[in-house]
Amino acid sequence: MSVAEAIPVVSKPVRKTALNAVHRQMGAKMVEFNGWDMPVEYPASIGCGIAAEHIAVRTGVGIFDVSHMGDIRLAGREALAAVQHISMNDASRLAIGQAQYSALLYPQGTFVDDVIVHRLGEDEYLLVINAGTREKDFNWVRDNTRQFDCKVEHLSDDFTQIAIQGPKGVDVLQQLTDADLSAVKFYWVTRGTVCGLKDVLIGRTGYTAEDGFEIYIPSDEETSARVWYEILAAGKKFGAVPCGLGARNTLRLEGKLPLYGHEISDTINVWEAGLDRFCKMDKPDFIGRAALETAKAGGLKKTLVGLEMVDRGIARDGYKVLDEGGREIGYVTSGSPAPFLKKNIALAYVPPAQAAVGTTVKVEIRGRGVKAQVVPTPFYKRPKKP
Amino acid sequence: MTYPTDRKYTKEHEWITADGTIGITNHAQESLGDIVFVDLPKVGAEIVAGKPFGTVESVKAVSDLFAPVSGTLTGVNESLATAPEQVNKDAHASWIVKVKVKDPAELNALLSAADYEKFVSEEAGH
Repeated sequence: MSVAEAIPVVSKPVRKTALNAVHRQMGAKMVEFNGWDMPVEYPASIGCGIAAEHIAVRTGVGIFDVSHMGDIRLAGREALAAVQHISMNDASRLAIGQAQYSALLYPQGTFVDDVIVHRLGEDEYLLVINAGTREKDFNWVRDNTRQFDCKVEHLSDDFTQIAIQGPKGVDVLQQLTDADLSAVKFYWVTRGTVCGLKDVLIGRTGYTAEDGFEIYIPSDEETSARVWYEILAAGKKFGAVPCGLGARNTLRLEGKLPLYGHEISDTINVWEAGLDRFCKMDKPDFIGRAALETAKAGGLKKTLVGLEMVDRGIARDGYKVLDEGGREIGYVTSGSPAPFLKKNIALAYVPPAQAAVGTTVKVEIRGRGVKAQVVPTPFYKRPKKP
Repeated sequence: MTYPTDRKYTKEHEWITADGTIGITNHAQESLGDIVFVDLPKVGAEIVAGKPFGTVESVKAVSDLFAPVSGTLTGVNESLATAPEQVNKDAHASWIVKVKVKDPAELNALLSAADYEKFVSEEAGH
């Protein structure tokens, strides 16, 4: 890409969240992401930029528009059985108000998408899914749950979803809601009045490897803009900044949270992605289980590792990974400078023989092998509360 | 933003002075965002007008630097290796390379500050 190409020109019709005009008004740099016109970062003139936004989330609080994420609701007598059939984690372990990281799998044991499953009621579940896979996911869920007494609804366009992320997120949101947020544990949800809106779903979830909340409010532009600005105003004394997809990506990378199309896809299976602990082979049968059983017996051909650049250079998505002798052994799925860790890091698929922590490899950057090392992951783990 | 009139500009968002000092424009640094890495050839390297000769990386992306003119590199700003953010702070004062210009006519044919400003505003209007 040339400097000229880095300057975004939005010409073809793309989807917009209800906060699109707000982002533009704030001077955000907009990019197309999976068919959506989204802010990548806010301007330096208001103290933002990917690095500043990233640091704000690690040390204070950042506010994200994540309305491009999709939502599927399953409700009815056999909702649990339906969720169990299409997802790899064990939804029977969820109490009402609890959420879990999970994934929808193809019969091959590869990924349709990764999801967060929320249990909202006795027989009611909400799956939060990725923007780029909304229609594919909904069709998949609908087609594969027909045999169950369970209604499947696509609610993606009904919500504006705002993420309030960072150690100060709880303080910011608590000012705007009557719900007692101190009683909500990580990966649990509650409901409460937020900014005067009754019965808002509030999840202590996120995609930043930090504490934080995600709220689901009505998706009309007026309400969305009002709540967005009220959150920013309430966050002012905590140094809250608006954050774009750029920081969202570097934050999730430091925390080794997978991104669909990168670390997980329809050609990568659960074991390769290292998501074993979210896949419960001992629960009732689910789509993909049999193939995973076979794959496990066959052994891994590639595995996801964390790399840290040793020599000067930045690994980027798609770059080749070479062994010390220069032979191609794998590829980078996500690579970037890590603004908080101040290192150049990457996630990559390599053969298990080259996956041990401490292994020296090379990343091919513009035709040159640049030295890197396999390091423990996640690169960043948030400090435990005292 | 006013662009200094003591130099010429390219549609690839580089600037070059009469003595062959090259940098990127304020518009380019704004578009790139936080610059974290600059990868440049060594002094003595030949660069060719319109061809990439190095890269600038922001947190998000890699961008090629295109040679505004042909010539031989006589200087490389080594301080950018450790402090690439200088380019964000003052793009028009942060030179990247110096070149011995082969053909001054190539340089004279580039955009004036006024023409570049017009080009940028037209591009933004797309």
